[in-house]
Amino acid sequence: MFAYLIRRLFFFVPILFGVMLLTFVLFFVVQSPEATAKRVLGQKATPKSVENWLHNRGYDKPLLINHTPGGSWHDSLFIHQMRKLATFDLGTSDVSGRPLREVFAQGVLPSLLLTVPAFFASIALAVGFALYLVFIRNAAVDLVASLFCVALMSVPVMVYVIFGQFLVAQVLNYFPAFGFELSGWSTPKFLLLPVALMVVSGLGADVRLFRALFLEEMGQDYIRTARAKGVSTVQVLLRHVLKNGLINLITVVVASLPFLIMGSLLLENFFGIPGLGNVLFSAIQAPDFAVVQASVFLGSLLYLGGLLLTDLCYAWADPRIRLQ
Amino acid sequence: MKLLDQIWVQNLCLIAGYGSLAFLVGWGMRSERWLSAWKHLRRDVTGMISLGVVLLYLLVGTLESIAVPSLSGGRSLLQELTSSIPQEKSYSAPLSKAALSLSDPIPLLGRHLLGTDALGRDTLVQTLRATRSALWIGGLTSLIYIPLGVLLGMMAGYYKGWVDDVVQYVYSTVAAVPEILMLVAILMVLGKGLGSMAIALGITGWVGMARLIRGETLRQVERPYIAAAKAMGQSNWKIITRHLLPNVMHLVLIKFVLGFSGLVLAEAVLSYLGVGAPVGTASWGTMIDASRSELSREPFVWWNLTAASTALFIMVLALNLFGDSLRRAFDPKQGL
Repeated sequence: MFAYLIRRLFFFVPILFGVMLLTFVLFFVVQSPEATAKRVLGQKATPKSVENWLHNRGYDKPLLINHTPGGSWHDSLFIHQMRKLATFDLGTSDVSGRPLREVFAQGVLPSLLLTVPAFFASIALAVGFALYLVFIRNAAVDLVASLFCVALMSVPVMVYVIFGQFLVAQVLNYFPAFGFELSGWSTPKFLLLPVALMVVSGLGADVRLFRALFLEEMGQDYIRTARAKGVSTVQVLLRHVLKNGLINLITVVVASLPFLIMGSLLLENFFGIPGLGNVLFSAIQAPDFAVVQASVFLGSLLYLGGLLLTDLCYAWADPRIRLQ
Repeated sequence: MKLLDQIWVQNLCLIAGYGSLAFLVGWGMRSERWLSAWKHLRRDVTGMISLGVVLLYLLVGTLESIAVPSLSGGRSLLQELTSSIPQEKSYSAPLSKAALSLSDPIPLLGRHLLGTDALGRDTLVQTLRATRSALWIGGLTSLIYIPLGVLLGMMAGYYKGWVDDVVQYVYSTVAAVPEILMLVAILMVLGKGLGSMAIALGITGWVGMARLIRGETLRQVERPYIAAAKAMGQSNWKIITRHLLPNVMHLVLIKFVLGFSGLVLAEAVLSYLGVGAPVGTASWGTMIDASRSELSREPFVWWNLTAASTALFIMVLALNLFGDSLRRAFDPKQGL
């Protein structure tokens, strides 16, 4: 197990390097640092201020290899960027100049408050619906349910949000439509609607997937054996199908666990939740290239973490799997 | 990305898109497997209805894409067809007789089935015109990512060894970046526009296709017909194009249809985020974005939002249902 983990981590190194290379090419080669400076500072920026901006960030160094006489060859933009990312130095915001580590750290808690309840609620709901569909096994119900699921999948998130916000907050006048407070009992009040919308927007795809997983389990031999022994349908579903289906479910679900930290780009902006999704949204509008660049790097770290977590959970849930 | 503003580039893309579609249909008509799938599909009511809806959208989008500069001064066929609808001064509710104004209602020049937007343009016409953006994004992106993904996937699965390693490394690296972050990063650098959106979506999109085709190729190369072709001394390239490709083509078609719906949704979301369609391009995403503030007006304006999101919803729904029907038609044993 330990040896497997180490090998897996070594496999991640070239991928992470690839991601770093990709972002470097995108943000420093496709768009030159001068162009970045002009877009951040605005069209009216003087050449002097552009030069200062570049110098302060070390963006005025040669791109790949430093050829200037007297300078060391590795004093280049590429080497500096790689070294910074490898030591988890995320740098500072292009716009406000604040250290990004601080900016990101501030957004983690609000994002988690939104995504963690939504994550568990949607899994519970989707598993419930999927089991119910498998239990009924009725052609007409299946048809209606699958149509309904596809319909849920076909609505863009922002339409859910705009209609949801409008109906619940303005027509029913029930929830606070916008805003966020991190204090005791008012926080859930602000989060209820965004969490509900997040659950609904993901439900269609989840139910479809889980239903397929459970149906596959229903066709297995051990289910027939259990039925032959006289175990009731409900018992079969809860004892056997659910338990074994959950193992397959882990592979799908656990990989997305780390991304809960990143919050939700659209929902956080709509509801004014100061999470990481909102940080990214303002970075897109600003534009703040440093934030996007750092997010890409952190996002790929989370993805690789999710892969690792999936392997571990899989081995833990299914004793037949031995990671070698 | 100013290249895509040129009329001749647009026409070239249009011809390439329709050419590929015609080639696909013509090729499928000679394939036994595709013909039997078509037989299944014809009996599938949902499948045929959704196919009809998709074709209708295709027609509207094409009408908006075709412009005859010498006749109409750069206006599209769709604009020509709807030129009899008058332009009003401001918002007006569906079928109302006067513009939306509390103080002095201005009488309208004509009736508008879905009302008018802030500039007094007919909402129905605007919604129909926006079909073009959705189709362009779906079509252009497909022209980029499908050849790339299919070719690399087949090569990885057929040659194995270092080719497989390189392809797998590249797509693992691209897949390691969360899709939305990748799209935003590319679009921020390339700037707004349909062309850059297609490039960005193409870069993230080929990964899934390559994975799917690589897996299927690995299964197919074990089959006797590949061994027979090899024994007869056919070249690798010929085996890939003549024997492997026809046997994975139906997967490409299914993925293309289901992927198209994802691209249409992505276009709307990216345009909404402000990195997608440029200002002035009719797109459902920009329409939804613009209508956000309209709901907080007094009296509130709901028809623009409803029209854009309904048109988007029906198109994505039809594509999803048609894709599912296709999957069932090609693999009838599998069920739903």
